[in-house]
Amino acid sequence: MRYRLALLTTRAVNGASRRLGRGQGTVAGGRAGLRVDPQLLQHLTRRRSVALVTGTNGKTTTTRLLATALGAGGNRVISNETGSNMPPGHVAALVGDRTSTAVLEVDEIYMPRVLTATNASVVVLLNLSRDQLDRTSEVRMIAGRWRAALAAAPHTVVVANADDPLVVWGAGAAATVHWVGAGMRWQLDAVGCPSCEGRIAYAPDGSWHCTNSCGLVQPTATAWLETGGGGGSADAGGVGDVVAVWADGRRLPLPLALPGHFNQANALMAAVAAEVQGVDAATALEVMASVSEVAGRFTTRAIDGVLARLMLAKNPAGWSELLELVQADRGPVVVSINARIADGADPSWLWDVPFERLAARTVVATGDRCRDLSVRLRYAGVEHVMETDPVAAVARATAGGGVNSRPMVVDVIGNYTAFNELLQAGVSL
Amino acid sequence: MTASLRVVVVYPDLLGTYGDGGNGLILARRAEWRGYAVELIEARSDQPLPAADLYCLGGGEDGPQVRAAGSLLDDGMLTRQVANGAAVLAVCAGYQIVGTTFPGAEGDAHDGVGLLDISTTKGSGPRAVGEVAGELTTEAMEVLAPTVPPTLTGFENHGGVTTLGSGVTALARVTTGIGNGDGSGTEGAVAGRVLGTYLHGPVLARNPVLADLLLGWALGAGGLAPLDDSAEEALRQERLGGSRPTSRRRRPWRPR
Repeated sequence: MRYRLALLTTRAVNGASRRLGRGQGTVAGGRAGLRVDPQLLQHLTRRRSVALVTGTNGKTTTTRLLATALGAGGNRVISNETGSNMPPGHVAALVGDRTSTAVLEVDEIYMPRVLTATNASVVVLLNLSRDQLDRTSEVRMIAGRWRAALAAAPHTVVVANADDPLVVWGAGAAATVHWVGAGMRWQLDAVGCPSCEGRIAYAPDGSWHCTNSCGLVQPTATAWLETGGGGGSADAGGVGDVVAVWADGRRLPLPLALPGHFNQANALMAAVAAEVQGVDAATALEVMASVSEVAGRFTTRAIDGVLARLMLAKNPAGWSELLELVQADRGPVVVSINARIADGADPSWLWDVPFERLAARTVVATGDRCRDLSVRLRYAGVEHVMETDPVAAVARATAGGGVNSRPMVVDVIGNYTAFNELLQAGVSL
Repeated sequence: MTASLRVVVVYPDLLGTYGDGGNGLILARRAEWRGYAVELIEARSDQPLPAADLYCLGGGEDGPQVRAAGSLLDDGMLTRQVANGAAVLAVCAGYQIVGTTFPGAEGDAHDGVGLLDISTTKGSGPRAVGEVAGELTTEAMEVLAPTVPPTLTGFENHGGVTTLGSGVTALARVTTGIGNGDGSGTEGAVAGRVLGTYLHGPVLARNPVLADLLLGWALGAGGLAPLDDSAEEALRQERLGGSRPTSRRRRPWRPR
């Protein structure tokens, strides 16, 4: 039987690939299995509940938070934790068993076909903004494909960000949508209305509507974030005072170990999705608090003896959020930029990132494309040095030395492959 | 005593997709560093376009591109200012809409602003995506008379095929990449003080000679003071193959 053979193939290639030390074996095994049986993903999800998480930013973190929430009380949950977010990665994650609940991170473009294959019970739509324009499609095209796929999946419940017009358009034809006020700090890609080619007008509070008569308007959210009244302690990111509020009157604290407003938004999306899957939001948020790192992001590691806080940002929206997060810091910063296939080959987007915020910090530019970054920093008025080797760059950031007795922690931000390179070079503390 | 310069980035809400807003910043800084007072304005499409000495148009998606062309035609300021001697840098979608016609998402022809005698249609092949290198054409050298004969470098990402009319000069002859894609082997076009190109990067970050050329047009300055462009020069050398990135700790990875 084709399906059994495909399963065996996937497991065998995964095992061999791991033994040979070629990565974690996730993509290779899945690819081999799909070659034997192109319907493998359908077969592997027939007898289980599946939740999909997609969007430009926050996929990996939200997937992890939702998987953690659904695992509350000891339920077995299976997930593509390594971030391989196309069908081979999904297959590789699912071959372990046939029935446990699955939470899958999905590439934005692959969402429609993965939705069709898995008949997912929940789809979480986070946000859409420019990312890797040489490799992926323009954001309106992606939103249009989401819309068509969700219209054809009437049994799927959608959890969608009500603050992002592109997401609202993409989710708008679905049968059941839970709208979440998850915020939107990058409006530049959604000034034109995705529905009618008119214009989206944003109020200072972030509410929005199309100025034409097409009717696209911000939906009323069932849950949102509110500042104040939470009683939590303020932390470096200034996010300690935020509570999650439901339209039914519930007010729940967000005691996350992960930093930043954007992670609170991710947690809220995950909590609403968890409730759709039968875990109440209070329990979900409580267990999510224990997640302190996701695939190495926000961890502090020792790189050649230097303490480095590792962060990942892949596109202008993500970089804006991270630069806001590290603005409270005063220590040195290493910025590492690559342009390999997984990053996108054209780093022109560096000019959409507000690097001006790094002025007055000690900055080291590194990565394969440090020369592009160096030119960008020159025009941003950010003094910096360039060091092509990322590990040497971290050491160089501390030249000047720490003045106080505490060990100096260097903020290290890289895009996808640059981050992974530094993560592998780092030693867990 | 300082002369002033106004640079307008045209419709960053519609033509701001590919980082080309950086061209406006580069022009502004390079003038400031030489002692000029500079006003850099990002003019959104819901406002009247301000008068300026220098306009920058960038890349954008199909739908917004159509809206941008319509707004520019309704507004009329860009055409008037160019007639009065303003300089224009138009990139990718912006390059297409300063021509006479360009294609919408379905390939249907739309009217451009008509600053350059070029017309663009939807190509039948795959999109042109990748690094571009090109040498300025002899004709462009005569028109532009740059102090250093430059090799152009940039990154293209477009599905359009642009045909040049008799009223423009091809900017460069491509040695790597596609460029205009009409079979002539050329990239970009120039006429008067309007310069169009498919190159991102942004193009002025990778080719500061073009930035100074545009500033010279806009300022009417006879010879701009030289700047230390060693960072740009290092980037150019790398992109044009003079040096390779030298990360020593590269490890295998897999595309996601």
